[in-house]
Amino acid sequence: MILGPLLTLLLVLAVAPALPGLATRTRALLTGRRGAPVLQLYRDLARLLRKNVVYSRTTTAVFRIGPMVVVATVVAAATLLPLDGHAALLSFRGDLVAFTGLLGLGRFALVLAGLDTGSSFEGMGASREVTVSVFAEPALFLCLTVLVLATGEISLAGMLGERLAAVWFGAAPSLVLAAAALFMLALAETSRVPVDDPATHLELTMIHEVIVLDHSGPELGMILFGNAVKLALFGALVTGVLLPLGLLPVWLAPLVLVAGLGVVAIGVGIVESSMARLRMNRVPQFLVAASALAVFGVILLLR
Amino acid sequence: MSALHELLLLCVVLTNFWVLGTTRLSSTIRATAIQGALLALLPIALHPSWSVHTLGLAGGTFLVKTVILPGFLAWAIREAAVRREIEPLIGFSTSLALGAVAVAISFGIAQRIPMPESNSSLLIPVALSTVMVGLLVLTTRNKALSQVVGYLVLENGIFVFGLSQVERVPFLVELGVLLDIFVGIFIMGIVVFHINRAFDSLDSTRLTELKD
Repeated sequence: MILGPLLTLLLVLAVAPALPGLATRTRALLTGRRGAPVLQLYRDLARLLRKNVVYSRTTTAVFRIGPMVVVATVVAAATLLPLDGHAALLSFRGDLVAFTGLLGLGRFALVLAGLDTGSSFEGMGASREVTVSVFAEPALFLCLTVLVLATGEISLAGMLGERLAAVWFGAAPSLVLAAAALFMLALAETSRVPVDDPATHLELTMIHEVIVLDHSGPELGMILFGNAVKLALFGALVTGVLLPLGLLPVWLAPLVLVAGLGVVAIGVGIVESSMARLRMNRVPQFLVAASALAVFGVILLLR
Repeated sequence: MSALHELLLLCVVLTNFWVLGTTRLSSTIRATAIQGALLALLPIALHPSWSVHTLGLAGGTFLVKTVILPGFLAWAIREAAVRREIEPLIGFSTSLALGAVAVAISFGIAQRIPMPESNSSLLIPVALSTVMVGLLVLTTRNKALSQVVGYLVLENGIFVFGLSQVERVPFLVELGVLLDIFVGIFIMGIVVFHINRAFDSLDSTRLTELKD
């Protein structure tokens, strides 16, 4: 029984690096450019793995541990999600708290690594990343609350599994609201356009990019891969909430999931090409709007 | 049909959030236009019998709330050259959060209000939350035009409330209300225009200063 979820997890980890590429390519095409190939991140990762690591003299072990924690937490969080809507590798009551906690731990490690360099720019980026997460995390909990209330289950495997398919039509408005909020969170968590711009390298506006500025070689690759997997996780959440994958046969669900991930990535690209990046003081407002959507979903279910 | 009107009412609440969350005045006006169109569809969705009453109400609502008033407000911001609400009394994030609270409160209260039987259990809570959001916008924004938008949203809430009683309210009364709103917004628009002429700004806090 463990083989199915494991294969799905490996499939998702394998396609994850294509998602940021797909989003960036969509953005480029919609703005009239050709853009980098979709598979660019795979090449970048292969190149970074062959490189040496350069450490600044001011850094300590915290800086070196950071990227490993990022990858480890994101992959651990992925084991908790029932990616194909049938079963998760690991599942226990209340694992949704572990899921958000793992994502938070990864971000914490990254922020500490940024602070460890002693650079004022990275300190600024770290403070911004934390500001974003202060607003993003409650919103994520509210989205999960919608799922808990809709299904009456408090493990991720339960609330995204067959039970969701059974109650889907009764709770459709709330679930659509939660999916919209999750999509907004995906943009914030993976530092895409309205919140952060992956293409910018202007110190005054960077959030995520500035923290990883001192990382190099395989460690930078780990951070890039971790971010791609995070996008895949949120994409899987959006897909799982909108499509009851649990109804599909076990062999078909992973393929539908991958298609859903592609659609989410293209959606990210469309948002990126149609919106300007928000001013820093407007970012919390974007996330509060996501929370408001989720709160509305919760209210509709409590009615 | 029942799913359709519930969907419309949910979209009304979403446009409320939209009005609360945007800084651009043109965007809030677009939100009220869309809200007006949703309200125009509501009588048809609630009473699929296609009577003259509901069709007239829908047509009149669409004409006034989606075409004339937003067009007029758009004209007003063009003439007065104001683009965005810069410093509301309560920040945009806070007002969004307050909007969510307002929705929660109205869904909580609505079940306790004794009402004659109505077509949808969502009508009353949506009406209440729209009224509260309108009041919030009306009282916490500084630009006179945002306040007009708040008034319009407030009135939309009252309209939704009235929809639960469509059979009992004579057609003429509804048209009279629509006309009232129309004249009201028209006068406000002209006042806004004159405020802008006299003070070079639409900031209503500056109206407390004396000027000769």
